Amino acid sequence: MPGLYLHIPFCQRKCSYCDFFSVCATEQEIAGYPELLARHLDMARGQGWSGPFDTVYFGGGTPSLLRPEAVDTILEAVTRTFGLAHAAEITLEANPGTVTLPSLTGYRQAGINRLSLGLQSCSDHQLEVLGRLHDRREGFTAVQWARDAGFDNLSLDLMFALPGQTVDDLEEDLGCYLGLNPEHLSCYGLTAEPQTPLQASVAAGELSLPDEEFYADAFLLVHERLVSAGYEHYEIANYARQGYACRHNLGYWQRGPYLGIGAGAHSFRADPWGSRWEVPPDLKAFRKKLLDRQEPMQCLERFDRESALSETIYLALRTRRGISDIELQQRFGVTLTEAFPEVVVSCDQWLSHVDDRWSLTPAGWLLFDRLILPFL
Amino acid sequence: MKQSQIRNFSIIAHIDHGKSTLADRLLEATGALSDREKTDQFLDKMDLERERGITIKAQAVRLNYHSADGQDYVLNLIDTPGHVDFTYEVSRSLSACEGALLVVDASQGVEAQTLANVYLAIDENLEVFPVLNKIDLPSAEPERVRAEIEEIIGLDASDAVVASAKMGIGIDAILEAIVKKIPEPKGDPEGPLKALIFDSWYDPYQGVIVLVRVVDGSLKKGDRIKLMANRKEYEILKVGVFAPHPVAINELTAGEVGFITASIKVVQDAKVGDTITHVRRPAEKALPGFKVVKPMVFSGLYPVDSGDYDDLRDAMEKLRLNDSSFSFEPENSMALGFGFRCGFLGLLHMEIIQERLEREFGVDLITTAPTVVYRVTTVKGELINVDSANKLPDIQYIGQIEEPFILASVHVPNEFVGAVLALCEEKRGVQREIKYLTATRVMVIYELPLNEIVLDFYDRLKTLSRGYASLDYEHLDYRQSELVRLNVLINGDLVDALSLIVHRDKAQYRGRELVAKMKEFIPRQQFEVAIQAAIGNKVIARESVKALRKDVTAKCYGGDITRKRKLLEKQKEGKKRMKQVGNVELPQEAFLAILKVKESK
Repeated sequence: MPGLYLHIPFCQRKCSYCDFFSVCATEQEIAGYPELLARHLDMARGQGWSGPFDTVYFGGGTPSLLRPEAVDTILEAVTRTFGLAHAAEITLEANPGTVTLPSLTGYRQAGINRLSLGLQSCSDHQLEVLGRLHDRREGFTAVQWARDAGFDNLSLDLMFALPGQTVDDLEEDLGCYLGLNPEHLSCYGLTAEPQTPLQASVAAGELSLPDEEFYADAFLLVHERLVSAGYEHYEIANYARQGYACRHNLGYWQRGPYLGIGAGAHSFRADPWGSRWEVPPDLKAFRKKLLDRQEPMQCLERFDRESALSETIYLALRTRRGISDIELQQRFGVTLTEAFPEVVVSCDQWLSHVDDRWSLTPAGWLLFDRLILPFL
Repeated sequence: MKQSQIRNFSIIAHIDHGKSTLADRLLEATGALSDREKTDQFLDKMDLERERGITIKAQAVRLNYHSADGQDYVLNLIDTPGHVDFTYEVSRSLSACEGALLVVDASQGVEAQTLANVYLAIDENLEVFPVLNKIDLPSAEPERVRAEIEEIIGLDASDAVVASAKMGIGIDAILEAIVKKIPEPKGDPEGPLKALIFDSWYDPYQGVIVLVRVVDGSLKKGDRIKLMANRKEYEILKVGVFAPHPVAINELTAGEVGFITASIKVVQDAKVGDTITHVRRPAEKALPGFKVVKPMVFSGLYPVDSGDYDDLRDAMEKLRLNDSSFSFEPENSMALGFGFRCGFLGLLHMEIIQERLEREFGVDLITTAPTVVYRVTTVKGELINVDSANKLPDIQYIGQIEEPFILASVHVPNEFVGAVLALCEEKRGVQREIKYLTATRVMVIYELPLNEIVLDFYDRLKTLSRGYASLDYEHLDYRQSELVRLNVLINGDLVDALSLIVHRDKAQYRGRELVAKMKEFIPRQQFEVAIQAAIGNKVIARESVKALRKDVTAKCYGGDITRKRKLLEKQKEGKKRMKQVGNVELPQEAFLAILKVKESK
């Protein structure tokens, strides 16, 4: 079953490291947005997309800038147009600095059953460096409110390899996170993406990010601590308690179909070898297209057998589950060794092959961008 | 045509001082260019010439000028290449002229590169007169620059023309000065034919097109001619001039400049500096100054992708059609596979050929460190010419090794003399003479081993003199020397393409610096990479590139997949420019790391 992604491209202010599409918008603009999404959903139905959806994901931007009623309106539109599968996973990304107990309660009542909180760090100093709205105390309060509002599937973001961070700092952060006992954790090493304020300060020498040795040590430390606390490291940046892996995101890495609604959202159709679509990240243009009843999506790429095979491997090797020779054989008529005999040999040190499944070791994940090149 | 109405001149200028713009203006002012053709730098036809602001091939353009004195003149502008590698070609182009404009930027003043060519022009007895260009710039200081020209070069600059080629200021004055100041040619129109070849290139339809300056006699279509140095005979098929487009004419007479074609198949047959004469009434003596130009610097050129070998060979053959001083022959390297050993006039020539191959023919190249030709006498008494470190026999077979020496003349302002002497000493030079040309201008003359020059002498000279030193050199002789082969091992395997021949006293230092430099160039790989320098079996230096620890995109969700995958695909494309040696990927720069090694005393 397909997933649905709803892009909410609004932020109160941009964080220094973020290169996702979002804009600082007025409350009025935000209030008008659900109506646009509803129109877009209607249009997508006419374009041959079909439901029901097994997963829904409100991503951003800052989806928690939407009022609970707005979320409710949107989910109703989803139900009306495509329908929701039984026990659908419905996630909302929330910024701890923008939530209250009533708003979280409202989201829960509107049907959100998985909350992803952008906690990022438990260090006031680091939260400031990252340009976040919240501090440590407000972060903890938000977690408590989420629980009080009834969220029993809670994900927290953790950033590591932060400017000036030491191993001890990270250990302390990990201790705090484990104390909060989330069902799911997304752990990202901070990278200076092009055209972000963070990259500018690094380039100007105002900030320095830890070197790749620290990044690697930190990545492995996070792995060790979380795995021994009972989390599965199920994707390069994601950990979950048994049964709590994010089904929506797994869909991306398994090349399942997903419909992306909203300015800046991407979609993937499974048609013969797959095609990926994009609504350009331009709110005004998006609004105009919809008001003119024009299709806002445009095709980014269409796959053939060979490119689909490459991308299947590229995505699957990000996950612990990896890729199975039987599945490859069924879909593409080759095993991994048949398709890439030399690569399998040269990556041998980082590849594990257990029960028909190929996957990368954590040390291999650290070199993912390098190891994956020959498959592309 | 009467010689009194001919003026043959060339323009001498430093890069960026406005030579090409001035040439464009002269063409426009004399009506040689239509409006449509007024592209910038008309004479620099190759992209490379335009971009780097240097002229690689010579040109000759005929301009018709109606002077203020009421007479019509033919002005032949001979555009010359401008770099120490092409000194011989420049000297031949200049010897086709009677005069030269010395163009100097009125704010920058006299720069080093100009000097060598001015001296060449003076050696050829040319009338040189200064033009102060870019006079429109607020920073222009014509009086200071005038004084500089007089002091440094010793030219009378009191009536230097003040101009701005860009703004079209002073163009008429320059044209008048050409007529007034440059002497008319004084050949013997009735004498036996003597015509100087000052450049040639290959045209697929007409064969070799030869640029000539007729000194004595005349040249007509149908004439049987003989090239005096190579002794071959041809029949002239076409005589013409560039105005600036080729126009056929009946004959070229004494004093005139133009081109001929004569079914000459390869440029190697029409050598620059050779004299053309008639078969039936030959000149007794050829024009002076002819030299056979031999490649002095050799390096290996290899395609990064071994599948490009045939393309590379075809491209080189095409380039050689137009460049008689470039040579190549197949060579085989354990590390790099099949490639070519190529000969060049110097380092710039090497860079130009390499860049043209990559750019015009789309072949990615690995260039190995440049070397000179050594003479090795084996213990059995055989003499071998060694143009590649890998051809150096093992030490037990070597009786003696000789290396080429040059006589280098460095013109330099006196404040830099100390630094120049230190550099020459460091480069194993033997001092011959230090001459004070003026109170502030010095000529330092040294005997130097050429192998030190091909590494980084020129760059260092430029840097230490802030660009003011100019270098000219001639070949001297071969001298016995203590030379050894320095090998480089990557992860324990000898990489033949990285071997060098160095002086024994410098081996230790060079080895250490070379591996340190290579460490900078070699990106981290999935495993540690050990770089060692060795003489024979003895390792003298070692560095290692630590294994890559981290290269990962942390986030990859629905909206990232396409963009991030495309970034990776681009990286993969970029890696194709690296050469896989064993299981290590070496970037192109790693093979030329020796050129980047800084020396200390």
